[in-house]
Amino acid sequence: MTERKNKKIEKLKNIALELRRDILKMIAKAGSGHPGGSLSATDIGTALFFSEMKYDSNDPDWKERDRFILSKGHAAPLLYALLAKAGYFSGSELNKLRGYKSILQGHPASYLVPGVEVSTGSLGQGLSVAAGLALSAKQDKKNFRVFSLLGDGELNEGQIWEAIMFSGHNKLDNLCAIVDRNHLQIDGDTEKVMALEPLEEKWQSFNWNTISINGHDFEEILMAFEKFNQNSDKPFVIIAKTVKGKGVSYMENKAGWHGKAPNREQLEIALKELEN
Amino acid sequence: MKKDIVPIRDGYGKALLELGEINDKVIVMDADLSTSTRTNWFAEKYPQRFVDVGIAEQNMVNVAAGLSLEDKIPFVTTYGVFVCGRAFDQIRNTVCYSDLNVKIVGSHGGISVGPDGGSHQAIEDIGLMRILPNMTVVVPCDHVQAYKATLKLAELKGPAYLRLAREPTATITSEADKFSLGKADILQKGNDCAIFFTGTIGAEVIKASEMLKNEGINPTIINMHTIKPLDKEIILEYAKKFKKLVVVEEHLRTGGLGSAISSVLTEKYPIRIKHIAIEDRFGESGQPEVLLDAFGLSARKIKKQILDFIQ
Repeated sequence: MTERKNKKIEKLKNIALELRRDILKMIAKAGSGHPGGSLSATDIGTALFFSEMKYDSNDPDWKERDRFILSKGHAAPLLYALLAKAGYFSGSELNKLRGYKSILQGHPASYLVPGVEVSTGSLGQGLSVAAGLALSAKQDKKNFRVFSLLGDGELNEGQIWEAIMFSGHNKLDNLCAIVDRNHLQIDGDTEKVMALEPLEEKWQSFNWNTISINGHDFEEILMAFEKFNQNSDKPFVIIAKTVKGKGVSYMENKAGWHGKAPNREQLEIALKELEN
Repeated sequence: MKKDIVPIRDGYGKALLELGEINDKVIVMDADLSTSTRTNWFAEKYPQRFVDVGIAEQNMVNVAAGLSLEDKIPFVTTYGVFVCGRAFDQIRNTVCYSDLNVKIVGSHGGISVGPDGGSHQAIEDIGLMRILPNMTVVVPCDHVQAYKATLKLAELKGPAYLRLAREPTATITSEADKFSLGKADILQKGNDCAIFFTGTIGAEVIKASEMLKNEGINPTIINMHTIKPLDKEIILEYAKKFKKLVVVEEHLRTGGLGSAISSVLTEKYPIRIKHIAIEDRFGESGQPEVLLDAFGLSARKIKKQILDFIQ
Protein backbone atom coordinates (compact mmCIF):
# COMPACT_ATOMS: atom_id res chain seq x y z
CA MET A 1 0.00 0.00 0.00
CA THR A 2 1.34 3.43 -0.88
CA GLU A 3 2.06 6.03 1.76
CA ARG A 4 -0.66 8.23 0.32
CA LYS A 5 -3.25 5.52 0.53
CA ASN A 6 -2.18 4.69 4.07
CA LYS A 7 -2.69 8.29 5.05
CA LYS A 8 -6.08 8.41 3.40
CA ILE A 9 -7.21 5.31 5.26
CA GLU A 10 -5.90 6.70 8.53
CA LYS A 11 -7.92 9.84 7.89
CA LEU A 12 -11.07 7.84 7.11
CA LYS A 13 -10.63 5.74 10.24
CA ASN A 14 -10.46 8.87 12.36
CA ILE A 15 -13.53 10.34 10.72
CA ALA A 16 -15.41 7.09 11.31
CA LEU A 17 -14.52 7.17 14.99
CA GLU A 18 -15.70 10.74 15.25
CA LEU A 19 -18.96 9.90 13.47
CA ARG A 20 -19.57 6.92 15.72
CA ARG A 21 -19.19 9.18 18.73
CA ASP A 22 -21.59 11.70 17.17
CA ILE A 23 -24.11 8.96 16.48
CA LEU A 24 -24.07 7.69 20.04
CA LYS A 25 -24.16 11.15 21.57
CA MET A 26 -27.11 12.28 19.52
CA ILE A 27 -29.09 9.10 20.18
CA ALA A 28 -28.33 9.26 23.91
CA LYS A 29 -29.42 12.90 23.97
CA ALA A 30 -32.62 12.13 22.05
CA GLY A 31 -33.36 9.17 24.30
CA SER A 32 -34.27 7.04 21.29
CA GLY A 33 -33.01 6.11 17.84
CA HIS A 34 -31.19 3.36 16.00
CA PRO A 35 -27.54 2.84 16.97
CA GLY A 36 -27.00 -0.75 15.76
CA GLY A 37 -27.54 -0.22 12.03
CA SER A 38 -25.97 3.24 12.10
CA LEU A 39 -22.72 1.89 13.53
CA SER A 40 -22.59 -1.10 11.18
CA ALA A 41 -22.72 1.20 8.15
CA THR A 42 -20.49 3.99 9.47
CA ASP A 43 -17.33 2.89 7.64
CA ILE A 44 -19.21 2.53 4.35
CA GLY A 45 -20.82 5.94 4.81
CA THR A 46 -17.48 7.49 5.69
CA ALA A 47 -15.81 6.09 2.58
CA LEU A 48 -18.69 7.32 0.44
CA PHE A 49 -18.82 10.85 1.79
CA PHE A 50 -15.13 11.45 2.42
CA SER A 51 -13.50 9.61 -0.44
CA GLU A 52 -15.84 8.44 -3.18
CA MET A 53 -18.73 10.81 -3.81
CA LYS A 54 -18.70 14.17 -5.57
CA TYR A 55 -20.86 16.82 -3.94
CA ASP A 56 -20.80 20.41 -2.78
CA SER A 57 -22.37 20.99 0.62
CA ASN A 58 -22.61 24.71 -0.16
CA ASP A 59 -24.74 23.87 -3.17
CA PRO A 60 -26.85 20.82 -2.26
CA ASP A 61 -28.67 21.00 -5.62
CA TRP A 62 -25.48 21.01 -7.72
CA LYS A 63 -26.57 19.12 -10.83
CA GLU A 64 -23.41 17.07 -11.24
CA ARG A 65 -23.33 15.74 -7.68
CA ASP A 66 -23.46 12.04 -7.01
CA ARG A 67 -26.76 11.06 -5.42
CA PHE A 68 -27.00 9.14 -2.17
CA ILE A 69 -30.22 7.45 -1.07
CA LEU A 70 -30.38 5.99 2.41
CA SER A 71 -32.91 3.25 1.79
CA LYS A 72 -32.52 1.99 5.37
CA GLY A 73 -33.89 5.27 6.71
CA HIS A 74 -33.61 4.27 10.35
CA ALA A 75 -29.84 4.79 10.02
CA ALA A 76 -30.73 8.49 10.05
CA PRO A 77 -28.21 9.25 12.84
CA LEU A 78 -25.42 8.06 10.53
CA LEU A 79 -26.70 10.15 7.65
CA TYR A 80 -27.05 13.23 9.85
CA ALA A 81 -23.53 12.78 11.28
CA LEU A 82 -22.18 12.44 7.72
CA LEU A 83 -24.03 15.51 6.44
CA ALA A 84 -23.00 17.64 9.40
CA LYS A 85 -19.37 16.59 9.02
CA ALA A 86 -19.61 17.32 5.28
CA GLY A 87 -20.85 20.82 6.08
CA TYR A 88 -24.49 20.67 4.98
CA PHE A 89 -25.57 22.08 8.34
CA SER A 90 -24.08 22.91 11.72
CA GLY A 91 -23.03 20.09 14.00
CA SER A 92 -25.09 21.67 16.78
CA GLU A 93 -28.24 20.46 14.98
CA LEU A 94 -27.30 16.94 15.98
CA ASN A 95 -28.27 17.75 19.57
CA LYS A 96 -31.84 18.29 18.41
CA LEU A 97 -32.29 14.85 16.87
CA ARG A 98 -35.92 13.69 17.09
CA GLY A 99 -37.03 16.85 18.84
CA TYR A 100 -40.04 19.00 18.07
CA LYS A 101 -39.32 21.44 15.21
CA SER A 102 -35.92 19.87 14.58
CA ILE A 103 -34.85 19.42 10.96
CA LEU A 104 -33.52 16.04 12.10
CA GLN A 105 -36.65 13.91 12.26
CA GLY A 106 -36.55 10.34 13.53
CA HIS A 107 -36.25 9.26 9.92
CA PRO A 108 -34.83 11.53 7.18
CA ALA A 109 -37.26 14.09 5.75
CA SER A 110 -35.97 15.60 2.53
CA TYR A 111 -38.09 18.73 2.81
CA LEU A 112 -36.24 19.66 5.97
CA VAL A 113 -32.62 18.58 5.59
CA PRO A 114 -30.21 19.88 2.96
CA GLY A 115 -28.37 16.95 1.41
CA VAL A 116 -31.20 14.45 1.91
CA GLU A 117 -32.43 13.63 -1.60
CA VAL A 118 -35.69 11.94 -0.61
CA SER A 119 -37.53 11.03 2.57
CA THR A 120 -37.10 7.44 3.68
CA GLY A 121 -38.11 5.39 6.66
CA SER A 122 -40.62 2.95 5.26
CA LEU A 123 -38.27 0.14 4.24
CA GLY A 124 -37.88 -1.19 0.74
CA GLN A 125 -38.46 2.04 -1.15
CA GLY A 126 -35.08 3.73 -1.57
CA LEU A 127 -33.59 1.45 -4.18
CA SER A 128 -36.48 2.18 -6.57
CA VAL A 129 -35.93 5.92 -6.12
CA ALA A 130 -32.21 5.41 -6.75
CA ALA A 131 -33.08 3.46 -9.89
CA GLY A 132 -35.28 6.36 -11.04
CA LEU A 133 -32.38 8.76 -10.55
CA ALA A 134 -30.02 6.46 -12.41
CA LEU A 135 -32.51 6.07 -15.25
CA SER A 136 -32.91 9.83 -15.46
CA ALA A 137 -29.12 10.23 -15.70
CA LYS A 138 -29.08 7.72 -18.55
CA GLN A 139 -31.92 9.48 -20.36
CA ASP A 140 -30.20 12.84 -20.07
CA LYS A 141 -26.68 11.49 -20.63
CA LYS A 142 -25.48 12.86 -17.30
CA ASN A 143 -22.42 11.52 -15.58
CA PHE A 144 -23.48 11.52 -11.97
CA ARG A 145 -23.61 8.22 -10.12
CA VAL A 146 -26.22 6.97 -7.69
CA PHE A 147 -25.42 5.16 -4.44
CA SER A 148 -28.01 3.53 -2.24
CA LEU A 149 -27.42 1.98 1.15
CA LEU A 150 -29.73 -0.90 2.04
CA GLY A 151 -30.19 -2.90 5.20
CA ASP A 152 -30.06 -6.67 4.90
CA GLY A 153 -33.31 -7.10 6.79
CA GLU A 154 -34.77 -4.60 4.35
CA LEU A 155 -34.21 -7.11 1.56
CA ASN A 156 -37.24 -8.99 2.91
CA GLU A 157 -39.37 -6.35 1.20
CA GLY A 158 -40.75 -7.46 -2.16
CA GLN A 159 -40.33 -4.02 -3.70
CA ILE A 160 -36.55 -4.33 -3.34
CA TRP A 161 -36.64 -7.25 -5.74
CA GLU A 162 -38.82 -5.30 -8.15
CA ALA A 163 -36.17 -2.58 -8.10
CA ILE A 164 -33.35 -5.11 -8.52
CA MET A 165 -35.15 -6.62 -11.52
CA PHE A 166 -35.86 -3.18 -12.99
CA SER A 167 -32.27 -1.97 -12.61
CA GLY A 168 -30.81 -5.12 -14.15
CA HIS A 169 -33.29 -4.95 -17.02
CA ASN A 170 -32.41 -1.33 -17.73
CA LYS A 171 -28.66 -1.93 -17.38
CA LEU A 172 -28.25 0.89 -14.86
CA ASP A 173 -24.48 0.64 -14.56
CA ASN A 174 -24.40 4.09 -12.93
CA LEU A 175 -26.18 2.63 -9.89
CA CYS A 176 -24.31 1.19 -6.93
CA ALA A 177 -26.28 -0.54 -4.17
CA ILE A 178 -24.54 -1.33 -0.91
CA VAL A 179 -26.01 -3.94 1.41
CA ASP A 180 -25.15 -3.46 5.05
CA ARG A 181 -24.92 -7.20 5.71
CA ASN A 182 -24.88 -7.22 9.50
CA HIS A 183 -26.96 -10.40 9.72
CA LEU A 184 -29.37 -9.00 12.29
CA GLN A 185 -32.87 -7.64 12.05
CA ILE A 186 -35.21 -6.71 14.89
CA ASP A 187 -36.44 -10.22 15.54
CA GLY A 188 -32.97 -11.76 15.34
CA ASP A 189 -30.63 -13.50 12.87
CA THR A 190 -31.62 -12.70 9.29
CA GLU A 191 -31.18 -16.34 8.36
CA LYS A 192 -33.64 -17.42 11.01
CA VAL A 193 -36.22 -14.68 10.47
CA MET A 194 -36.25 -14.86 6.67
CA ALA A 195 -33.18 -16.40 5.07
CA LEU A 196 -31.41 -14.27 2.47
CA GLU A 197 -28.63 -16.65 1.43
CA PRO A 198 -27.35 -17.33 -1.12
CA LEU A 199 -27.54 -13.55 -1.37
CA GLU A 200 -24.80 -12.67 -3.83
CA GLU A 201 -26.06 -15.27 -6.28
CA LYS A 202 -29.56 -13.82 -6.04
CA TRP A 203 -28.32 -10.42 -7.20
CA GLN A 204 -26.23 -12.03 -9.92
CA SER A 205 -29.21 -13.92 -11.24
CA PHE A 206 -31.06 -10.59 -11.51
CA ASN A 207 -28.26 -9.35 -13.82
CA TRP A 208 -26.16 -7.35 -11.38
CA ASN A 209 -22.41 -7.35 -10.96
CA THR A 210 -21.51 -8.12 -7.37
CA ILE A 211 -18.69 -8.01 -4.89
CA SER A 212 -18.54 -9.18 -1.29
CA ILE A 213 -16.26 -7.33 1.09
CA ASN A 214 -15.54 -6.68 4.72
CA GLY A 215 -17.57 -3.53 5.34
CA HIS A 216 -15.23 -2.34 8.07
CA ASP A 217 -12.01 -2.57 6.07
CA PHE A 218 -11.43 0.71 4.25
CA GLU A 219 -9.01 -0.83 1.81
CA GLU A 220 -11.66 -3.29 0.72
CA ILE A 221 -14.39 -0.64 0.63
CA LEU A 222 -12.32 1.65 -1.58
CA MET A 223 -11.37 -1.26 -3.81
CA ALA A 224 -15.07 -2.11 -4.21
CA PHE A 225 -15.81 1.45 -5.35
CA GLU A 226 -12.94 1.19 -7.84
CA LYS A 227 -14.55 -1.93 -9.23
CA PHE A 228 -17.85 -0.09 -9.49
CA ASN A 229 -16.16 2.66 -11.45
CA GLN A 230 -14.84 0.13 -13.96
CA ASN A 231 -18.22 -1.55 -14.09
CA SER A 232 -20.39 -1.43 -17.22
CA ASP A 233 -23.62 -2.81 -18.65
CA LYS A 234 -25.01 -3.90 -15.30
CA PRO A 235 -25.82 -2.27 -11.98
CA PHE A 236 -23.38 -2.99 -9.20
CA VAL A 237 -23.93 -4.22 -5.67
CA ILE A 238 -21.46 -4.29 -2.82
CA ILE A 239 -22.39 -6.81 -0.18
CA ALA A 240 -20.59 -5.42 2.82
CA LYS A 241 -20.22 -7.85 5.68
CA THR A 242 -20.55 -5.81 8.82
CA VAL A 243 -21.11 -6.07 12.55
CA LYS A 244 -24.24 -4.52 13.96
CA GLY A 245 -23.28 -2.00 16.66
CA LYS A 246 -19.65 -2.00 15.40
CA GLY A 247 -17.18 -0.26 17.67
CA VAL A 248 -19.10 -0.54 20.94
CA SER A 249 -18.35 -3.83 22.66
CA TYR A 250 -21.67 -4.26 24.42
CA MET A 251 -23.67 -3.41 21.30
CA GLU A 252 -21.83 -5.58 18.79
CA ASN A 253 -23.91 -8.36 17.28
CA LYS A 254 -26.83 -7.66 19.60
CA ALA A 255 -30.23 -7.34 17.93
CA GLY A 256 -31.46 -5.59 21.08
CA TRP A 257 -29.43 -2.50 20.13
CA HIS A 258 -31.28 -2.05 16.86
CA GLY A 259 -33.46 0.73 18.16
CA LYS A 260 -32.45 1.59 21.71
CA ALA A 261 -30.60 4.57 23.17
CA PRO A 262 -27.68 4.09 25.56
CA ASN A 263 -28.09 5.61 29.02
CA ARG A 264 -25.48 7.99 30.48
CA GLU A 265 -23.11 5.33 31.82
CA GLN A 266 -23.42 3.24 28.71
CA LEU A 267 -22.62 6.29 26.59
CA GLU A 268 -19.51 7.00 28.62
CA ILE A 269 -18.24 3.45 28.18
CA ALA A 270 -18.95 3.64 24.44
CA LEU A 271 -17.21 6.98 23.98
CA LYS A 272 -14.16 5.68 25.79
CA GLU A 273 -14.02 2.70 23.46
CA LEU A 274 -14.23 5.02 20.48
CA GLU A 275 -11.36 7.32 21.35
CA ASN A 276 -8.82 7.93 18.61
CA MET B 1 -80.16 14.17 -25.79
CA LYS B 2 -77.55 13.02 -28.27
CA LYS B 3 -73.95 13.03 -27.13
CA ASP B 4 -70.67 11.52 -28.23
CA ILE B 5 -69.94 8.33 -26.35
CA VAL B 6 -66.19 8.12 -25.74
CA PRO B 7 -64.08 6.46 -23.03
CA ILE B 8 -62.57 9.01 -20.70
CA ARG B 9 -59.16 7.33 -20.91
CA ASP B 10 -59.02 8.41 -24.57
CA GLY B 11 -58.87 12.02 -23.39
CA TYR B 12 -55.94 11.10 -21.18
CA GLY B 13 -54.12 9.34 -24.03
CA LYS B 14 -54.67 12.31 -26.30
CA ALA B 15 -53.40 14.77 -23.69
CA LEU B 16 -50.26 12.70 -23.19
CA LEU B 17 -49.58 12.91 -26.92
CA GLU B 18 -49.93 16.66 -26.71
CA LEU B 19 -47.61 16.78 -23.68
CA GLY B 20 -45.10 14.65 -25.55
CA GLU B 21 -45.00 17.39 -28.14
CA ILE B 22 -44.89 20.45 -25.89
CA ASN B 23 -43.12 19.33 -22.70
CA ASP B 24 -40.01 17.19 -22.91
CA LYS B 25 -39.98 16.73 -19.14
CA VAL B 26 -43.06 14.54 -19.27
CA ILE B 27 -42.34 10.82 -18.80
CA VAL B 28 -45.12 8.26 -19.04
CA MET B 29 -44.97 5.07 -17.02
CA ASP B 30 -47.15 2.00 -17.02
CA ALA B 31 -47.29 -1.39 -15.33
CA ASP B 32 -48.03 -3.69 -18.25
CA LEU B 33 -51.45 -2.20 -19.03
CA SER B 34 -50.51 0.37 -21.63
CA THR B 35 -53.12 -0.69 -24.19
CA SER B 36 -55.84 -0.54 -21.61
CA THR B 37 -54.82 2.81 -20.11
CA ARG B 38 -54.06 4.38 -23.52
CA THR B 39 -50.45 5.15 -22.62
CA ASN B 40 -49.54 3.03 -25.65
CA TRP B 41 -50.31 6.03 -27.87
CA PHE B 42 -47.53 7.99 -26.15
CA ALA B 43 -45.26 4.92 -26.07
CA GLU B 44 -45.44 4.53 -29.84
CA LYS B 45 -44.60 8.14 -30.54
CA TYR B 46 -42.12 8.79 -27.71
CA PRO B 47 -40.59 5.43 -26.84
CA GLN B 48 -37.55 7.02 -25.22
CA ARG B 49 -39.81 8.78 -22.70
CA PHE B 50 -42.00 5.80 -21.93
CA VAL B 51 -41.10 3.39 -19.12
CA ASP B 52 -42.91 0.09 -18.73
CA VAL B 53 -41.94 -1.35 -15.35
CA GLY B 54 -43.77 -4.63 -15.80
CA ILE B 55 -46.34 -5.67 -13.24
CA ALA B 56 -44.69 -3.84 -10.34
CA GLU B 57 -46.71 -0.87 -9.11
CA GLN B 58 -44.67 -0.18 -5.98
CA ASN B 59 -41.44 0.07 -7.93
CA MET B 60 -43.18 2.19 -10.57
CA VAL B 61 -44.25 4.83 -8.06
CA ASN B 62 -40.78 5.14 -6.56
CA VAL B 63 -38.91 5.09 -9.87
CA ALA B 64 -41.22 7.96 -10.75
CA ALA B 65 -40.20 9.64 -7.50
CA GLY B 66 -36.56 9.36 -8.58
CA LEU B 67 -37.36 10.81 -12.00
CA SER B 68 -39.25 13.70 -10.43
CA LEU B 69 -36.19 14.55 -8.33
CA GLU B 70 -34.46 15.24 -11.63
CA ASP B 71 -37.19 17.71 -12.65
CA LYS B 72 -39.07 15.25 -14.79
CA ILE B 73 -42.85 15.00 -14.68
CA PRO B 74 -43.77 11.32 -14.50
CA PHE B 75 -47.34 10.19 -15.18
CA VAL B 76 -47.61 6.86 -13.40
CA THR B 77 -50.46 4.93 -14.93
CA THR B 78 -52.32 1.74 -14.15
CA TYR B 79 -55.67 0.61 -12.78
CA GLY B 80 -56.74 2.75 -9.85
CA VAL B 81 -57.37 -0.22 -7.61
CA PHE B 82 -53.78 -1.41 -7.99
CA VAL B 83 -51.86 1.82 -7.76
CA CYS B 84 -53.81 3.29 -4.83
CA GLY B 85 -53.97 0.04 -2.94
CA ARG B 86 -50.77 -1.83 -3.57
CA ALA B 87 -48.58 1.26 -3.81
CA PHE B 88 -50.28 3.29 -1.09
CA ASP B 89 -47.24 3.28 1.18
CA GLN B 90 -45.02 4.42 -1.70
CA ILE B 91 -47.43 7.22 -2.55
CA ARG B 92 -47.68 8.21 1.10
CA ASN B 93 -44.15 7.87 2.38
CA THR B 94 -42.10 8.75 -0.67
CA VAL B 95 -44.25 10.86 -2.99
CA CYS B 96 -46.52 12.85 -0.67
CA TYR B 97 -44.24 13.03 2.37
CA SER B 98 -41.42 14.37 0.19
CA ASP B 99 -43.95 16.45 -1.80
CA LEU B 100 -42.71 15.18 -5.16
CA ASN B 101 -44.02 16.10 -8.56
CA VAL B 102 -45.44 12.68 -9.42
CA LYS B 103 -48.80 12.27 -11.17
CA ILE B 104 -50.66 9.10 -10.27
CA VAL B 105 -53.27 8.10 -12.82
CA GLY B 106 -55.75 5.41 -11.89
CA SER B 107 -57.87 4.19 -14.75
CA HIS B 108 -60.84 1.87 -14.25
CA GLY B 109 -62.49 3.77 -11.44
CA GLY B 110 -65.90 2.65 -10.17
CA ILE B 111 -68.14 -0.35 -10.74
CA SER B 112 -68.78 0.61 -14.36
CA VAL B 113 -65.54 -1.28 -15.09
CA GLY B 114 -68.05 -4.11 -15.41
CA PRO B 115 -67.26 -7.76 -16.16
CA ASP B 116 -63.78 -7.86 -14.57
CA GLY B 117 -65.53 -7.74 -11.22
CA GLY B 118 -64.84 -6.44 -7.75
CA SER B 119 -61.08 -7.08 -7.76
CA HIS B 120 -60.63 -4.60 -10.62
CA GLN B 121 -63.14 -1.91 -9.70
CA ALA B 122 -61.60 0.97 -7.76
CA ILE B 123 -64.28 2.13 -5.34
CA GLU B 124 -62.06 3.45 -2.53
CA ASP B 125 -59.35 5.23 -4.54
CA ILE B 126 -60.67 8.77 -4.09
CA GLY B 127 -60.81 8.28 -0.34
CA LEU B 128 -57.31 6.82 -0.16
CA MET B 129 -55.78 9.64 -2.18
CA ARG B 130 -57.80 12.48 -0.70
CA ILE B 131 -56.66 11.83 2.86
CA LEU B 132 -52.99 12.31 1.98
CA PRO B 133 -51.38 15.68 2.77
CA ASN B 134 -49.93 17.52 -0.27
CA MET B 135 -52.11 15.50 -2.67
CA THR B 136 -54.39 16.99 -5.33
CA VAL B 137 -57.28 14.77 -6.47
CA VAL B 138 -59.05 15.24 -9.79
CA VAL B 139 -61.92 13.20 -11.21
CA PRO B 140 -62.90 14.39 -14.68
CA CYS B 141 -66.40 13.69 -15.99
CA ASP B 142 -65.66 12.92 -19.63
CA HIS B 143 -62.88 12.60 -22.19
CA VAL B 144 -62.89 16.32 -23.00
CA GLN B 145 -62.37 17.22 -19.36
CA ALA B 146 -59.83 14.42 -18.86
CA TYR B 147 -57.78 15.94 -21.65
CA LYS B 148 -57.84 19.37 -20.01
CA ALA B 149 -57.20 17.99 -16.54
CA THR B 150 -54.16 16.06 -17.72
CA LEU B 151 -52.64 19.18 -19.29
CA LYS B 152 -53.33 21.19 -16.13
CA LEU B 153 -51.80 18.56 -13.86
CA ALA B 154 -48.61 18.66 -15.91
CA GLU B 155 -48.34 22.35 -14.98
CA LEU B 156 -49.14 21.82 -11.31
CA LYS B 157 -46.13 21.27 -9.06
CA GLY B 158 -46.66 18.46 -6.55
CA PRO B 159 -48.34 15.09 -6.23
CA ALA B 160 -51.70 14.52 -7.86
CA TYR B 161 -54.15 11.70 -8.45
CA LEU B 162 -56.24 11.58 -11.61
CA ARG B 163 -59.11 9.11 -11.69
CA LEU B 164 -60.26 7.73 -15.03
CA ALA B 165 -62.86 5.17 -16.05
CA ARG B 166 -62.99 2.32 -18.49
CA GLU B 167 -66.40 2.51 -20.13
CA PRO B 168 -67.28 4.82 -22.99
CA THR B 169 -69.54 7.49 -21.51
CA ALA B 170 -71.46 10.49 -22.78
CA THR B 171 -69.51 13.66 -23.42
CA ILE B 172 -71.14 16.25 -21.19
CA THR B 173 -68.68 19.14 -21.46
CA SER B 174 -67.44 20.91 -24.54
CA GLU B 175 -64.00 21.92 -25.67
CA ALA B 176 -64.85 25.58 -25.16
CA ASP B 177 -65.69 25.08 -21.47
CA LYS B 178 -63.17 26.45 -19.01
CA PHE B 179 -61.41 24.10 -16.64
CA SER B 180 -59.73 25.31 -13.46
CA LEU B 181 -58.36 23.01 -10.80
CA GLY B 182 -60.22 23.47 -7.54
CA LYS B 183 -63.09 25.36 -9.12
CA ALA B 184 -66.31 23.42 -9.65
CA ASP B 185 -68.39 23.81 -12.81
CA ILE B 186 -72.10 24.55 -12.86
CA LEU B 187 -73.45 22.44 -15.70
CA GLN B 188 -76.99 23.72 -15.42
CA LYS B 189 -78.96 25.99 -13.16
CA GLY B 190 -82.35 25.10 -11.77
CA ASN B 191 -84.40 26.36 -8.88
CA ASP B 192 -85.55 23.19 -7.19
CA CYS B 193 -82.50 21.41 -5.83
CA ALA B 194 -78.74 21.08 -6.25
CA ILE B 195 -76.94 17.91 -7.29
CA PHE B 196 -73.18 17.63 -6.79
CA PHE B 197 -71.42 14.83 -8.61
CA THR B 198 -67.93 13.73 -9.60
CA GLY B 199 -66.70 11.65 -12.52
CA THR B 200 -68.40 9.87 -15.39
CA ILE B 201 -71.52 9.24 -13.34
CA GLY B 202 -72.32 12.80 -14.46
CA ALA B 203 -73.85 11.35 -17.62
CA GLU B 204 -76.38 9.43 -15.49
CA VAL B 205 -77.01 12.51 -13.35
CA ILE B 206 -77.86 14.54 -16.45
CA LYS B 207 -80.23 11.84 -17.65
CA ALA B 208 -81.84 11.76 -14.21
CA SER B 209 -82.23 15.50 -14.35
CA GLU B 210 -84.05 15.26 -17.71
CA MET B 211 -86.45 12.80 -16.09
CA LEU B 212 -86.94 15.15 -13.15
CA LYS B 213 -87.70 18.01 -15.51
CA ASN B 214 -90.53 15.93 -16.96
CA GLU B 215 -91.98 15.91 -13.48
CA GLY B 216 -91.59 19.65 -13.12
CA ILE B 217 -88.38 19.66 -11.07
CA ASN B 218 -85.41 21.69 -12.28
CA PRO B 219 -82.12 20.82 -10.58
CA THR B 220 -78.89 22.74 -10.49
CA ILE B 221 -76.06 20.36 -11.45
CA ILE B 222 -72.53 20.95 -10.22
CA ASN B 223 -69.51 19.02 -11.43
CA MET B 224 -66.99 18.62 -8.62
CA HIS B 225 -64.09 17.54 -10.82
CA THR B 226 -61.57 18.50 -8.15
CA ILE B 227 -62.04 16.61 -4.90
CA LYS B 228 -58.98 18.19 -3.35
CA PRO B 229 -58.60 21.10 -2.92
CA LEU B 230 -62.37 21.14 -2.50
CA ASP B 231 -64.38 24.09 -3.76
CA LYS B 232 -65.96 24.85 -0.38
CA GLU B 233 -67.47 28.16 -1.47
CA ILE B 234 -69.76 26.63 -4.04
CA ILE B 235 -70.86 23.93 -1.58
CA LEU B 236 -71.79 26.52 1.05
CA GLU B 237 -73.41 28.81 -1.50
CA TYR B 238 -75.78 26.10 -2.71
CA ALA B 239 -76.32 24.64 0.76
CA LYS B 240 -77.57 28.04 1.87
CA LYS B 241 -79.67 28.43 -1.23
CA PHE B 242 -81.48 25.06 -1.14
CA LYS B 243 -81.11 23.97 2.52
CA LYS B 244 -80.47 20.45 1.29
CA LEU B 245 -78.11 18.90 -1.24
CA VAL B 246 -77.75 15.74 -3.27
CA VAL B 247 -74.33 14.14 -3.85
CA VAL B 248 -73.81 11.41 -6.44
CA GLU B 249 -70.60 9.48 -6.94
CA GLU B 250 -69.37 6.12 -8.17
CA HIS B 251 -67.35 5.48 -5.04
CA LEU B 252 -67.88 4.01 -1.61
CA ARG B 253 -70.06 6.10 0.64
CA THR B 254 -67.03 6.37 2.91
CA GLY B 255 -64.15 8.61 1.91
CA GLY B 256 -65.26 10.11 -1.38
CA LEU B 257 -66.94 13.33 -2.48
CA GLY B 258 -69.90 12.83 -0.16
CA SER B 259 -67.63 12.49 2.84
CA ALA B 260 -65.70 15.58 1.81
CA ILE B 261 -68.87 17.64 1.40
CA SER B 262 -70.40 16.32 4.63
CA SER B 263 -67.32 17.34 6.51
CA VAL B 264 -67.58 20.91 5.24
CA LEU B 265 -71.29 21.14 5.95
CA THR B 266 -71.13 19.59 9.42
CA GLU B 267 -68.74 22.31 10.45
CA LYS B 268 -70.04 25.32 8.57
CA TYR B 269 -73.68 24.84 7.68
CA PRO B 270 -75.29 21.61 8.89
CA ILE B 271 -78.08 20.57 6.56
CA ARG B 272 -79.35 17.22 5.30
CA ILE B 273 -77.74 15.70 2.27
CA LYS B 274 -78.83 12.76 0.17
CA HIS B 275 -75.69 10.81 -0.61
CA ILE B 276 -76.09 8.45 -3.54
CA ALA B 277 -73.00 6.21 -3.57
CA ILE B 278 -71.84 2.61 -3.27
CA GLU B 279 -72.86 1.11 0.06
CA ASP B 280 -70.39 -0.75 2.27
CA ARG B 281 -69.69 -3.57 -0.19
CA PHE B 282 -67.42 -4.55 -3.08
CA GLY B 283 -68.36 -4.45 -6.73
CA GLU B 284 -69.06 -7.52 -8.83
CA SER B 285 -69.15 -8.71 -12.43
CA GLY B 286 -71.86 -7.66 -14.83
CA GLN B 287 -72.51 -5.28 -17.68
CA PRO B 288 -71.86 -1.67 -16.63
CA GLU B 289 -75.45 -0.53 -17.06
CA VAL B 290 -76.73 -3.53 -15.11
CA LEU B 291 -74.29 -2.82 -12.28
CA LEU B 292 -75.08 0.89 -12.13
CA ASP B 293 -78.76 0.06 -11.77
CA ALA B 294 -78.12 -2.66 -9.19
CA PHE B 295 -75.99 -0.28 -7.13
CA GLY B 296 -78.57 2.50 -7.29
CA LEU B 297 -76.52 4.64 -9.65
CA SER B 298 -78.49 4.43 -12.91
CA ALA B 299 -80.33 7.57 -14.05
CA ARG B 300 -83.62 5.91 -13.14
CA LYS B 301 -82.52 5.05 -9.61
CA ILE B 302 -80.84 8.41 -9.08
CA LYS B 303 -84.02 10.18 -10.12
CA LYS B 304 -86.14 8.10 -7.77
CA GLN B 305 -83.86 8.71 -4.78
CA ILE B 306 -83.80 12.45 -5.47
CA LEU B 307 -87.59 12.58 -5.73
CA ASP B 308 -87.99 10.72 -2.43
CA PHE B 309 -85.52 13.11 -0.83
CA ILE B 310 -86.91 16.44 -1.95
CA GLN B 311 -90.58 15.70 -1.69
